[in-house]
Order: sequence, then structure tokens, then C-alpha cells
Amino acid sequence: MNTALSIRNLCKTYSGGLEALRGVDLDVQEGDFYALLGPNGAGKSTLIGILTNLVRPTAGEIHVFGVDARAHPERARTLMGVVPQEFNFNVFEKTLEILVFQAGLYGIPRNVALPRAQELLERLGLGDQMNQIARHLSGGMKRRLMVARALVNAPRLLILDEPTAGVDIELRRGLWEILTDLNQKGTTIILTTHYLEEAEHLCRNLAIIDHGRILEQGPIQDLVRRLEMQTFILDLAAPATLEEPPAGFQVRPIDPSRLEIDVPGGLTLNQVFAALEACGVQVVSLRNKSNRLEELFVHLVGRGRQ
Amino acid sequence: MNTRRLWIALATLLHREVGRFLRIWMQTLLPPVITMGIYFVVFGSLLGPRIQRIDGFSYIEFIVPGLVMMSVITNSFSNVASSFFNARFQRSVEELQVAPVPDWIMVAGYVGGGMLRGILVGFLVLLVSLAFHPVRFHSLAIVVAFLVLTSLVFALAGFSNALIARRFDDISIVPTFILTPLTYFGGVFYSISLLPPIWRGLSRLNPILYMVNGFRFGFLGASDIPTWIGLVTLMGLAGALVTLNLVLLARGVGLRT
Repeated sequence: MNTALSIRNLCKTYSGGLEALRGVDLDVQEGDFYALLGPNGAGKSTLIGILTNLVRPTAGEIHVFGVDARAHPERARTLMGVVPQEFNFNVFEKTLEILVFQAGLYGIPRNVALPRAQELLERLGLGDQMNQIARHLSGGMKRRLMVARALVNAPRLLILDEPTAGVDIELRRGLWEILTDLNQKGTTIILTTHYLEEAEHLCRNLAIIDHGRILEQGPIQDLVRRLEMQTFILDLAAPATLEEPPAGFQVRPIDPSRLEIDVPGGLTLNQVFAALEACGVQVVSLRNKSNRLEELFVHLVGRGRQ
Repeated sequence: MNTRRLWIALATLLHREVGRFLRIWMQTLLPPVITMGIYFVVFGSLLGPRIQRIDGFSYIEFIVPGLVMMSVITNSFSNVASSFFNARFQRSVEELQVAPVPDWIMVAGYVGGGMLRGILVGFLVLLVSLAFHPVRFHSLAIVVAFLVLTSLVFALAGFSNALIARRFDDISIVPTFILTPLTYFGGVFYSISLLPPIWRGLSRLNPILYMVNGFRFGFLGASDIPTWIGLVTLMGLAGALVTLNLVLLARGVGLRT
């Protein structure tokens, strides 16, 4: 499998002296759905900005499908599509014209761009808005317009910077479906998001960045498996009071019918249920107290800052 | 990108720039035509007959080339300055930055749009002037050369201004405090031969004097300045401004952090 994006020792120091990136190394394989996570100010936007030609790197190497993006920036950009965090289209243009204009900048003639733009707008639920002036669109429509615009040059690598920030659940789910479909058809996707369940739902691999450094990267499943402790909330079949908590577990009652239990890494849920049953407690359902990825994120970022 | 794709990108940008100023013609084309029409009425029809002939030409005949050139200068400049700064302000310029568009295409697209507006407004002003005096051409080639080069120089200057500007105020400073005075003192309304020697000498430092006189020579065959100096000055300025804009873009001024 080819490497879609390879970054080596990428550094960025802003003119004021702020070191936004301190030697980032990152590899994203072709066909991957990759999450880039980090707290505010971690360096995510700087990294995306460098990839999309909005920020000049101080040092480092970037290859997009083997093309040296610093030596041949235009060739590298033909392979990418970008959905930025903030709306950045001409709000006085019509929706269809925004897409056709973007296609033209990629050298796609108007007679080819027009049907492609119409198809994309239909696919993103903007078929009725083709001749609408962009500033009259709702926030969710504008967000979808930016996704459609990023796809107009049929990019092999799609970069989305917090594409679902501030959008409602229905729209978020709709975008997830579109992105999953694109990924299944072969588009490599890099996503930054603050919604960790979004990353866990969509992505296979991730990198966690903080203070301009990659703290951890790899398959999401492998990383969450390394969690030292998970906390579950258990719904009980009948109200119960535990005189003696089961050995090896920390148990806290929430109310007579619910318990919170810390399960150390390495133990199975079968062992949890067996231990509780021995105490006379029957469990009807359970859920993670917090998203597993969230726990990993908090753990890694907290460790990185210590 | 191959050559064909580059041309498509350039045509796309030009198409949008021209479409923009045509769509808002009430703001871009009509006002300069009305303003210059008023100049023709006041200076040509009302005051003109009371002013003695300059270099053997009636006053209206003398000022028409200068007023056309004034329109070309201000419209070429302001079209690029406002359109490109607005794209920066709205961040829609990022559409160009993320696309595989070389810097020279960005300059050529915006500058081409500015030139076309300047030339179109100049043509419309010339049409209006026909209501006051018939036009004659001493050398159409010189008229076209000065028209194209002047619009090029000021469109390029507008691009530089839009790149460097930080606020909307910054793109009105140049037209208000530099272009307008230089144009008025650039021989639009008078021949510098009428000025005392010291002012005549100072006027020769004004590049717009060379543009106005060269353009006027194309119509009337009379000029205060040798035409070739005007052409060389314009070509030199165009070369310098192209270089300046490409250097600013390569350094990311106004666009990249």
C-alpha cells in the first residue's frame, strides 16, 4: 500500500517566537481514515495550514503520494482537497459557481466542471440551492458546500479541519455517511475533530498532538486497548447494596439501581459479571462512563503535560 | 499543471473578475462615466470656450485624453485593490492558495480583470466625450499602447496595495492621497509649458505626466514630453511592479503566516 502522506521533522516557529510544531513525524497510508486529535493550541491547525499552503513551514519534509510538496507544491496540491474550519468562499457567489470556479482553478474545463458540480451538490443535499447566493445558505448548508467544493477536483487525499464543529446531530450523521462512502471508494481522509466519538466512529488510525509534538499514533483499537483502567456504569436488575465490594474492583453506588465500577486493564467483562454475581448483583445493561478514546486522550495529553 | 490547465485556471479567474465588475456595473462602470460626463460639461462646454486654445487645440479637445486616462488609472487600480483585498478579508483567496495555481496566475488573473475594467471605462468615457467633440486619432497604435500599459501598471499597483493592506482604510489611502493629486498635477487639465520653470521641473518627476502626455499624443499629435520616454517609463514601472508582486507572493506577504 502506498503512503498518502509522509511528514518528517516538520517544524514551525511563528515570527513572534511561538513554536507551533516541534519536529512532527506522521505517516498516513493510502485509503486510510485518519484522525488528528489534540487540544486547542496543540498545533493541528498549523499542521493543516502547512499542508494546504496557508502556513509556511520552518523546516521539515512533506510528501503527498510520493510528491515532494515543498519542491513541487502545485503538483502536490492537485492531489488534495481541503475542507477548512471556517467558511472561506465568496459569499456573494452562487453555490454552483463556487464549485465551478474551484474546478477551474484545478484546470478542469467548465463543460466538465458543471455536471460534476451539479452531481456533488445533489449528493450533498444542496440540489435545490444551486443558484442560491452562498450567504443566504444556512450554517449546515455552508458546511456541506465546503465539502462539495473540496471534492470537485476528485482528490485522492481529503483533509477536513473540524468539519462538524457546531452542526446538529442529523447533519453530522449525514456528513459521516458521505465521508465513509468516500473512504470506501478509495479516498484517503484526514480529519481533525474535537468530537472523540466521531474519530472513534469513523477513523481507523489516529495521532494525538500536543504542544507541537505527536504524543501517540497508531490504530485506534490498539491505542484504546492500552488503557490502564476503564469505568463502566451498570444498570442492576434489582436494587442492591454491596456490603463488601468484589475483590480487585473499585465500586461506587450511584443510586440503589446503578453502580459505577472501575475495571483495571487486562480483566474481562466476564470476570466483572462473575465477581458481581458472587455478591448477589445481577446486571441488565452497562455502558462506558466516558468514551474510550476520550479517556485515552485525557490520559495522553495529561501525561504529556506533566 | 500542464499548459492547458494553467490557461483554464487563468481564464477561470479572469471570468470571475470580469463577471464581478459587470454584475455590479452600477458601482463600477456607471459612476466614472457620469463623473467624467460632468467634467466634459463643466470644463468643456461651460468654461472651455472661455479658455484660450492650448497647443492649437480647443480646451475640450485637450482635456478629453487626460480625462480618459484618469478614468483608466483609477479604475484599473481600484478594481484590483478592492477585489483582491476583499478576497483576503473574506478569506476566499484561500480557494486560490489551496489550488495548484502558481503565483503568476494569481497576479495575471486579478491584474487582467483590473485592466479590462480600466480599458472598458476608458472606452465608455471616450464614447461620452463624442457628445461634446469629435474624436481624432493621430496614432491609434500609440493610443492602444498607452492604454494597455497604463492599465497594466495601475492594476499591478492595486494588487501590491491589496497585498500589503491590513485594513480597508489602507486601500483608500493610495487613491486619495497619491493617485488623485498626481493625476490632477499630471497635465490632465493644462500643459506644463504654462507652468513656471520650477513647477515644470517638479512636474517631470510625476510618472502620470508621461502617461497623460503620451496618450494625448496618440490623439492630437502634441505632447509636452517625448512619447518614447512615456513608453519606457511605463514598461519599467510594469516590470518593477510584476517583480515586486511575485516577490511579495513568494514571501507570503498578506497571505501566508
